[in-house]
Amino acid sequence: MALLDIKNLHANVAGNKILKGINLTINPGEVHAIMGPNGSGKSTLANVLAGNEIYEKTQGKIQFDGADLDDLAAHERARAGLFLAFQYPVEIAGISNMYFLKAAVNAVREHRGEEQLDAMDFLDLIEDKKQVVKIRDDLLGRAVNSGFSGGEKKRNEIFQMAMLEPKLGILDETDSGLDIDALRIVSDGVNALRTPDRSFLVITHYQRLLDYIVPDFVHVMVSGEIVKSGGKELALELENDGYASWAGEEGV
Amino acid sequence: MKIKDEKSFDELTDKEYKYGFVTDIETDTLPPGLNEGIVREISRRKEEPEWLTEWRVKAYHHWTTLTPPEWAKVEFPPIDYQALSYYSAPKQKIDAPQSLDDIDPELLETYKKLGIPLGEQEVLAGVATVAVDAVFDSVSVATTFKNNLEDVGIIFGSFSDAVKEHPELVKKYLGTVVPYKDNYYATLNSAVFSDGSFCYIPKGVRCPMELSTYFRINAANTGQFERTLLIADEGAYVSYLEGCTAPQRDENQLHAAVVELIAHKDAQIKYSTVQNWYPGNKEGKGGIYNFVTKRGHCRGDNSKISWTQVETGSAITWKYPSCILKGDNSVGEFYSVAVTNNMQQADTGTKMVHVGKNTRSTIISKGISAGKAQNTYRGMVKVVETAENARNYSQCDSMLIGDRCGAHTFPYIDINNPTAQVEHEATTTKIGEDQIFYCNQRGLDTEEAISLIVNGFCKEVFKELPMEFAVEAQKLLGISLEGSVG
Repeated sequence: MALLDIKNLHANVAGNKILKGINLTINPGEVHAIMGPNGSGKSTLANVLAGNEIYEKTQGKIQFDGADLDDLAAHERARAGLFLAFQYPVEIAGISNMYFLKAAVNAVREHRGEEQLDAMDFLDLIEDKKQVVKIRDDLLGRAVNSGFSGGEKKRNEIFQMAMLEPKLGILDETDSGLDIDALRIVSDGVNALRTPDRSFLVITHYQRLLDYIVPDFVHVMVSGEIVKSGGKELALELENDGYASWAGEEGV
Repeated sequence: MKIKDEKSFDELTDKEYKYGFVTDIETDTLPPGLNEGIVREISRRKEEPEWLTEWRVKAYHHWTTLTPPEWAKVEFPPIDYQALSYYSAPKQKIDAPQSLDDIDPELLETYKKLGIPLGEQEVLAGVATVAVDAVFDSVSVATTFKNNLEDVGIIFGSFSDAVKEHPELVKKYLGTVVPYKDNYYATLNSAVFSDGSFCYIPKGVRCPMELSTYFRINAANTGQFERTLLIADEGAYVSYLEGCTAPQRDENQLHAAVVELIAHKDAQIKYSTVQNWYPGNKEGKGGIYNFVTKRGHCRGDNSKISWTQVETGSAITWKYPSCILKGDNSVGEFYSVAVTNNMQQADTGTKMVHVGKNTRSTIISKGISAGKAQNTYRGMVKVVETAENARNYSQCDSMLIGDRCGAHTFPYIDINNPTAQVEHEATTTKIGEDQIFYCNQRGLDTEEAISLIVNGFCKEVFKELPMEFAVEAQKLLGISLEGSVG
């Protein structure tokens, strides 16, 4: 059974039609990449999947792990194993990264019927997972994303993903604003989290990220529609030809 | 088609005020209205000595010359002081209850519902670890652990009893920190105050348990004017807690209390308040006007007074617990969390007046505003000429939840000695849908998210509260802010 099955998805933002009939199926263990020019609707897709209420789903059906996403509020989707690594992670003053993560991990564990982690077990888990993206200890003690550099924020997103062990990780332009070293660390982190069951939806503007996180499928999104799907070689094609040939009349 | 909402915000805000019930009890209430006759009648009913009657009358006459203060950032229609009743007491089976058996069971039931242990069983079973003076409308109805405290020389009980049993102490200290001419509401209180708590900790005694007063307004159209006087003699220590609730009524009710603290040489007073008066409904109907004057006097060298307040209730809060640092090396502290939601208004802060040498003060204020509420910090740090090497650190943080509320900070600094060091820091944080969605995406529902963020924001203040109070305060904050993002 597919982990994520999107049928004819339409969505609006502030009354503007952004997604115009997306169809996409992701099976367990698959890595899918969505590429496309700015404004094509990539981030809208990520936010609709995560349940951000600013984005209004107007048509279509999304099944995730056997459940209809319409029935799940944002926090329930997260608990069910849908993780979004944000393009712009927000800062939350006054609450430490550690404390925040402990609440999140325990919320997810409760949903899975697992025992709550006490402080000691939680610290063990942190020790274990912080290797994934080589996150510095002092970032863990600081308020969530406060005073983090762009690269540190993105690393923190992948670190959170490692801690929460989702079924589907959606990376929304995680590569934007990263230098080549940071890109490598983040990509290595994602690769370390790949398992036969865990799936990824990697949203990116540039082919470069896909040199590091090698996808099984690549989809090209233009003006709210997937205009072409293929294997990883499609990304290289795009690199050479650009998006122009799919832009159609609306232009890009 | 709309995706399933996070738990409906409106549904949450409409959650009822838990303490809004009314106790059906026979009361002895004076007719509405205020004049010299009423003031004298209150004093007569309380069998007060003449000096106190005259003090009240002087206060009353002074009050008639005053006008209500208008500088605070709060708005409300003028109060008709002639429409209020100034004295309401539950009728007792006998004049002064000798034991809990003499207290009306309705009253005991009321405190049980509020979670305040007054029953002998709770006290004997050791469930209660705090000595409580319970004030119901105008009078103190019970004080627990009174005898245990007497063994170490501590006087703790109702103000009325203190006037009868220790008139010399009351006379010596009453009005020495907040004089009857102090301000409109304090002057009114001086004229009509009905009861409150009195506490005296003798020289060198460390009070073995937390002392607490629990204020309950029950009667309708009645003002509550209690007065607390707390004296820590040389080298004494006391930690004092104050809690407040009121029934849910459509009319606004006035609460104008006065608290005076006196710390002699080497003495320490820690005064904590969790204020949860009825805040009014979502549209701003009803609720308590909480116009309170609280001041501490660090009279002796090396004395310390620490105020901690968690203000979540009341339609309007007007309150500035202050410290006069007269003794050399004395210390004043103010830790405050003030939460306003829906139509609530709060104008609160502190005054630190440095008089003695090497005096130090710390102000940590956390204001949280949600709904359409207005939250104001107003504080003054004053260093007079004599205060060599005075130090102050102030930190005022505001958090806005949603985009229809307001936060305001008015720090006044008045320095008259060049050796003073005064620091002021202020921050404003906004919690919006972005932050909440981020938390939702990590598996936290909206309530958990707000509670996590707000408790993180307030932790510097909560750590100053005694343990049980800290837990209570955290829960209270959660309830007060439910449904505040929308």
